[in-house]
Parts: sequence; structure tokens; C-alpha cells
Amino acid sequence: MDKTIDAIINNYNRDKNRLMDILIDTQDTLGCVPDSAAEQIADALDISKVDLEQTLSFYHFFSKEQRGKYTVYLNNSAVANMYGRKEVARIFEEEAGCKFGEVTKDGLIGLFDTSCIGMNDQEPAALINGVVFTMLTPYRVRELVKGMRKGLKVEELLRTGYGDGNNSSPLIRSAVNNHIMEKGPVLSEDYVPGDAIKKIIKLDPAEVIEEVKNSNIRGRGGAGFPTGLKWDFCRRAKDKRRFVFCNADEGEPGTFKDRVILTERPRLLFEGMAVAAYAIGAAEGILYLRYEYKYLKKFLENILDEMRSKNLLGKNIASKKGFDFDIRIQLGAGAYVCGEESALIESAEGKRGEPRDRPPFPVEKGYLGHPTVVNNVETLCSVVKVMLYGGEWYRSFGTDESTGTKLLCVSGDCHYPGVYELEWGFSVADILEMVGAENVQAVQVGGPSGTCIGPDGFERILGYEDLATGGSLIIIGPHRDVLRDIVLNFMDFFIEESCGSCTPCRTLPVAIREKLIKIIEGRGVMQDLMDIERWRFIMKVNRCGLGHTALNPVLSTLKNLRHLYLDLIQKEVEYDTGFRLDEAVKEGKLVTNRT
Amino acid sequence: MAQTIKFTIDGVECTAKKGQYIVDAATENHIYIPTLCNIPGVKPRGSCRICSVRVNGRMMTACTTPVSEGMEIENKDPDIEDIRKAIIELMFTEGNHFCPSCEKSGNCELQALAYRYQMLAPRFKFMFPKRRLEATHPKLIKDHNRCILCKRCIRAIKDEEGHSLFAFARRGHNVEIIIDTKYSKNMTDEQAREAADICPVGAILVKERAYTDPIGKRKYDKQPIGSDIENL
Amino acid sequence: MSKPIVATTSLAGCFGCHMSFLDIDERILDLIELVEFNKSPINDIKKFTKMCDIGLIEGGCCNDENVHILKDFRAHCKILVSVGECAIMGGLPALRNSFSLKECLDEAYLNGPSVVANNEEGVIPNDEELPILLDKVYPCHEVVRIDYHLPGCPPSADLIFDALYALVTNQPLKLPYEVVKFD
Repeated sequence: MDKTIDAIINNYNRDKNRLMDILIDTQDTLGCVPDSAAEQIADALDISKVDLEQTLSFYHFFSKEQRGKYTVYLNNSAVANMYGRKEVARIFEEEAGCKFGEVTKDGLIGLFDTSCIGMNDQEPAALINGVVFTMLTPYRVRELVKGMRKGLKVEELLRTGYGDGNNSSPLIRSAVNNHIMEKGPVLSEDYVPGDAIKKIIKLDPAEVIEEVKNSNIRGRGGAGFPTGLKWDFCRRAKDKRRFVFCNADEGEPGTFKDRVILTERPRLLFEGMAVAAYAIGAAEGILYLRYEYKYLKKFLENILDEMRSKNLLGKNIASKKGFDFDIRIQLGAGAYVCGEESALIESAEGKRGEPRDRPPFPVEKGYLGHPTVVNNVETLCSVVKVMLYGGEWYRSFGTDESTGTKLLCVSGDCHYPGVYELEWGFSVADILEMVGAENVQAVQVGGPSGTCIGPDGFERILGYEDLATGGSLIIIGPHRDVLRDIVLNFMDFFIEESCGSCTPCRTLPVAIREKLIKIIEGRGVMQDLMDIERWRFIMKVNRCGLGHTALNPVLSTLKNLRHLYLDLIQKEVEYDTGFRLDEAVKEGKLVTNRT
Repeated sequence: MAQTIKFTIDGVECTAKKGQYIVDAATENHIYIPTLCNIPGVKPRGSCRICSVRVNGRMMTACTTPVSEGMEIENKDPDIEDIRKAIIELMFTEGNHFCPSCEKSGNCELQALAYRYQMLAPRFKFMFPKRRLEATHPKLIKDHNRCILCKRCIRAIKDEEGHSLFAFARRGHNVEIIIDTKYSKNMTDEQAREAADICPVGAILVKERAYTDPIGKRKYDKQPIGSDIENL
Repeated sequence: MSKPIVATTSLAGCFGCHMSFLDIDERILDLIELVEFNKSPINDIKKFTKMCDIGLIEGGCCNDENVHILKDFRAHCKILVSVGECAIMGGLPALRNSFSLKECLDEAYLNGPSVVANNEEGVIPNDEELPILLDKVYPCHEVVRIDYHLPGCPPSADLIFDALYALVTNQPLKLPYEVVKFD
């Protein structure tokens, strides 16, 4: 028995619901979770080893094998590729002497791909042993690998200096930049921590919910469920124990606003969680933080301590008798689907991040079976301002259906990428002008799961009534090959990130990807476009949002940028299976040495 | 006494006990909704999605959704039936299903559904994945080529203390069922048979059993799957 | 009025589907009355001599010769029917699709337990006369357009006869539950 592992398990009270934490700490200690440790943990928690492996093998950042003394996770989002990822990756391979997906023979460097790490405004970016490296260039990569060979600490490799704002604070010390371009109610500096708490404790919880309803605020994660209603459902659920979750699993490629809020307005967020807790009657809160943002954990924990010392968290908050609420941070381990609220709860319980069947909804039966509210980072921040200045004030921003402001994350082909807090209702054209983008070919609104629009859609407005978005706006310049560089990348993303539970979501994107390649390679026919448009209905029976939207990259370009497809399909051919004899005999000729 | 409620399936008035899942309520009303991952009496998981029905305009899995008073359910709608057929085809193309060499042929629920839905050739391309044939277990053979990842074995087969014998590994189109060596080591013959029988396809087989029923005498040779429910 | 013309072939198959076809017993006399055969192993006509109405394909495509024949059938037949599991989904030969072609050939000619000592030079057959193997075995409809599919391993004689009869007499294809089987 390994005593270190045993200490880790005891640290979490041998509780199988804390399996994620146990695995993360084990991996931090040993570099991976080897079979021996897996066995020890499974036995200690009295679960089958396969149950442990269920969780272990689900998450991108867990590994049973060593991934190198320096583990490089290079973001492979579409925007990273726009900014030169391909060359950066090539130099990494050349300098390290191994391919992506491998570890060097001496075990020094491991190179791995990873889905969007929330740095789209400063790509190409990579996580190396949890430390974020941004704006990588071939030159920087050569320097990095040299440094690794010298055995430098990862922090010592970070020679570009620290980023703006709190990014340079002692507890973060990161090269990440906030790039805050436009501020509104959420990001404004006039915030005094605790003011909202002091205000709400004079109100009845039902009145707090009423005010939130009055503001018409809807969930900022992308789905847009009315926040007040969610709280109301949760409050009505019969149980003594309730939970407030903050969803900081910002995984939609091109979204990075939560990272900025967590860095610059963490008190606002935690106060928002306290407001939610007061409203629904919860004593326990969990911030589910994506693994990619682990570099913020110490900083955030310090803020939590500070708020406890100021009696803004803990027992009898703000001296209000019975208002007890505290927050712990739960790390994820790399899975986009955990952004779905029930998958997030499953993950926090130490399981695979598979969305649950509904009903029951989390507000009825959530974390550990108790009523749970899961809100987005931005939603919770906005709610604090709603409580401070009133729902009516909040409604003065935005449109009738989409009240308030939205933090937009702009990346891609433009002069000023970054975070823009704007009222709902701006048109895409307004924003393109603001961010300095010219001759734009297309804009991906809401990330891969959202909509891709061409110039004829630039007058459309951002809002739940037209173009809903969780914040991601990716600008695609005139010189980009949209299908090859963007759509195919997005399809790969969904294939990589499907949990694998529902049959259509597990399989159909793979089939559609093959069709897309057929079209890109000039073998497509009109029938292929018709097939795609027919098969989309099969995805409607998937359980969760990922499954419902996984074909959107193809479907929305097929709808809004149809000419891209029509240009590529064979006009004079009605039917083509895509089979090419010269391709099919290549391997056979090679292995038998024939021409 | 459980409260009785009224609802409709394709306009036909039905009754059920409150809280019953749609699929069970339909069965009691002699209406067949196809299922694959569902096991009556075991907590449903809704993973195959084949039992999807339209409830008030939304697609819901009949195995996980409880009926409620006045619910209007669409089941035999041509669009829904086509989605079900597509799911069957996706399963056939996702794995390697060579029926002539399978011991479960004739008693296989996936094959039976393909017969019922008259799948002649799938609309999707065959993926021909590389999958394992695992025969290290003392009593069972796990042929991953045939596995449709329905999780029936995971949910139904546990040891006496509730430990899982089967689980899912990895994610997306790389998922695979894994067997726990420690807890499945002491599986009885009866449990092994149970595991093989709970598998709707021929992915879990008992060693040294091989073909049991002659062609013509197998479960789905003469009667389509679901006809027992419809002809009750 | 001239009789409808039928052609048949076995690609990567075992001729089992043709055997099953011949299993129609005395109905073969009705069939001869009804149709004329062109290119087919049944009459040993090697090359198409005219356009045909119906082509029956047994087996999938495992080499370039299969592909050429299949394309020839597509060019000469108004209706093309995939007969049997191999034509429809690759069948038994497609078991090799889980492996790379190199692995298969190495196993067959170099490392497999059935390789005896007489291949010391480690030769993998590569005579120019031999068809070139494809990277995998393809179902027919993944190579050319196929109009109908008759499953089974083999499809029963009844299924083949009834389907053919329906096609040449312009009647709708009937697929009774008991005869449409995958094994």
C-alpha cells in the first residue's frame, strides 16, 4: 500500500463521491494514475476497479501512463490554427523528437492535443504542466524545448512576463491577458463586495427570487433558461439540503469570458453564489472549475478565505442568523460535455460526465440527489447587480426578450480580440466594426454549437430572439477555407467530446464528417447535401445539448454559406459513392511492391 | 392503490398507473414501442434512444419518461419510425455485425429490430472498426465487435455487495465495455448465463455453450419482435 | 416480345448465393421461359454481349478486378441487385477490415501458424497477373449505385426467385418476414 495515496484518499474521507479530487491529487503526485494506485483507490472506496476506470478514462487530462516530465497540451481549436498552430506543432515535434500523442523516449516531453483551453484571443496557446503559455511562435517553442532539456522549472520557462490585471498577482503569476475591451455592469469597477448580501438579508428569499424574475435575466451559458424560474423551482423542491453550483466549465470553443471574470471579479461571482444560496435556501456551494483554469485555483481559494474572514461566507453571513453558506472548488479534468448541468453534477460526484435523463431535473434532484441550482459564472455576477440596482434598472439594458448585458468573447480575424461587455441587441455588423474586422467572410456565433453566418446575416442581432450566444464570436476572414479550417475542426471537436452514451451522438457525427471530407475532396454530389439535411433529425433524439447541436457546424454553414458546398459538389454527376479505385489500391500496391 | 391516469398514444386512449414509464404503460395497453437498452425492472438509462417518442412536440425516451395525465404521445409517426430505423442502421455500421457467424443470430434483438424495420442495407457507410475479442474471462467471451454499448450488462449485473462487474471505458465513439477481473472472478455459471442473456446482441457469450436453437426454432425466426406485446 | 435479360456474378463471395439461386428446383424451368441469361457463371458467358435488364451481384469487392466487374455490371444492367451478406456488408471477407492489409498479408504469407518453411525469402505474391487487393473489402453499394438488396447468407431460394420474378414482371417486391433473414 502506498502511504501517499492513502493520505490522499483519507484527505477526502474515503468518499467515493470525491473520486475526481482523489484522481487529480494522485496524478499530481505520481504524474499519472497507474494500475497499482487505481486498485488501491478502488479498494479503499469499496468500488470496482472498472468503476474507477469509468471515470479515469473519461477525462482528457487523466492518464494511466506517464505523459512526460513536461506535458504539453497544445490547444487545437480552429482559431489556434488561424494564428499559426500548425507550424508551432510542427516545431514542437521536430524539437522534442516525438509526435503529438506521444512521449519522448527519455520520458522528458509529452505532446498532446487538447480542445479549446479558453485562450482564443491569444493563440496559439498551450498548457504545460498546468501553466498557460500564450501566443506561441516557432521561436518560442524552440526556446521552451531547450529550457525543458536544461531541466528548468515550468515557471522559469515563462519568460514573456505576466499578463495584465490580477494575472500578475502572486497567486496566479500567469502570462494570460484579460483583454477587457468594453465594460458594463458585470465588469464595472464600482463594485463593493458585500453590498448585495447586506441588501438581500433584509428581504425574504421569495422577494429575492421575485426581483431576479423581474429582471428577466436568462442563463448566460447559452441555453438561456430564465434564472428566476430556475431558482423558484429549486426553492419549491422538498428537501432540507440544497446546493448552488457555479458552472465554470467554460468549454465552448472561443469562449473565455468566465476566465476573465474569475481573474478580475471573483468576489462578485462568489457573492452571486451567496445570493442564490439565500434565495433557494442552500448552505453548500460548489464552483466547478474546468481543469484548464486550474492555475486560478489558489487565487480563488484565497478570495474565499478572505470572504470568510469578512463574514461574507460561512456561518451567519453578514450577521444574519441562519444564513450559512460556504463554497468549495471542484476541479474538472477535461470534458466539454461537463458544461451540461447534469453532466457537471455527475462529474462533481466523481463519475463520468454523462448527462442525466430528465425528468427529474437538477432543481428537483441534483447533486447527491438534492435540489441543485446550476448557474453560469456570468449569470451569478449579473444577479448581484440586479439585487443592488433592481430588476427594472437591469431591464433598461438590452432588448425586451434579452435583458442586460452579455460578455462577448471576440477572436479570429480582427484587430482587437478580447472581452466586450455589451448590451444585448447589437448587430453583428456593429460588433465587427467595433473590433476592427474588415471583409469578413463569416462569423461563428456561439461557438461550434452555435450558428455560422455569412455577410447577408450581419444585420442580425445578438439576443435570445435571434442569435443566441454563450459569448463566443469567431471572426472568419476572407482568406480562410471555411469548410476545411473551421467546419471540419468543429466536427472533430464534437466527435472528440461526445460522452458516447447516446447512439446517434456517438456515431452520426463520424458519418457526417466522412461526408464532409467527401465534399471537400470534390467527390460530393447534391445527394450528399440532401442526406445531411435529412439525417439531422436523427440527432434530435439525443439526450443533451451536445447531441442536439453536434451537427451544427455543417448544418449552419450548409444553410447560411451554401455556396461553399455548391462550389465543391460535382454538377454533372448525379450519383457518386465516393469510391476511388486509385485510392483503394494504394496500400495493396505498396505492400506487394507493384505499380 | 396507485392512481390511474389517462393518456393517448397516436390518438388511442390508454390508462396507466401514475409514475409508470411510458414504455411500460404502452406495453400494458398492447402498444409496442421498440427498446434495446431497456430492461424491465432495472432503472432505465435511455442510451440507445430507439424508444424515442414525441411528447407534446418534444422527442423523449419512452423508457425514462413517466406518463402523466393527459399526455399526448406520438409513436408510429413515419418520421419517428425512420429515426428508429436510422438508429438500427447506425448500430449495424458502427460495429462489426456479421450475423451468419453469431451464436445469438435469430435471438438477437438488434437483428430482430432490423427485420421488423426491414433494414436491407444501411444508409450509412460501414465503419469497420478495429475491436477486440476478449476471451480471458474464465466463463465469458466478450466480443466487442458486436457490442452496441447499451449498458444493459453494466446496469443489470452486480455482485451481492453491489459492486459493478461491467463498466464503460473512454468516451465518444471510442467507448468500450470493460469487465472487472476482481469481482467477476467468482461469477457463478448462472450469473454468466444471466449476463449473456441480458445482452441484446451476441457481445457477451458463455464459453462452451455455442449454438443452442436450430434455425426455424429461434425467437425471431417467425414472429417480429414486439408482436407478443401487440397480440396480447 | 423479347425476354428480359439477366446477368449474374460472384465477386468476393463463396458462390453460396448462386447455389441458393439454383436451389429454386423445378422453378428454374419457369425462369428459363421467363428470362434470358447473359454474362453469368450459370451459362459461362464471360463477357457482356448486350445490355441487360437485371444484374445479380454476389460478394463484395476485395480487389481491383471485383471493382472492374462491378462497374461493368453497372454499365450493362438497368437494375443492379446486391444478393447476400457479402455484397451488402462485406460479409466474411470483410473480417479482414479490422486489420491493415499488411498485417493480413504478413499473417497469411510470412508469420501465420499455417506458413510452412517453403517461403524462406518472405515473398508476398505479387505477380502482375494477380488482382491488386483493396485497402479493405467494400460492400457493393459503397462502390456503385445498387438498386435492390436481398439479404441472407445465403438469401433463401424463395427470396431470390420471388424477387427476380417480381422485377421481371414489373411487380412490387414482396419481402415476407419469414424469408428476409441475415443468416
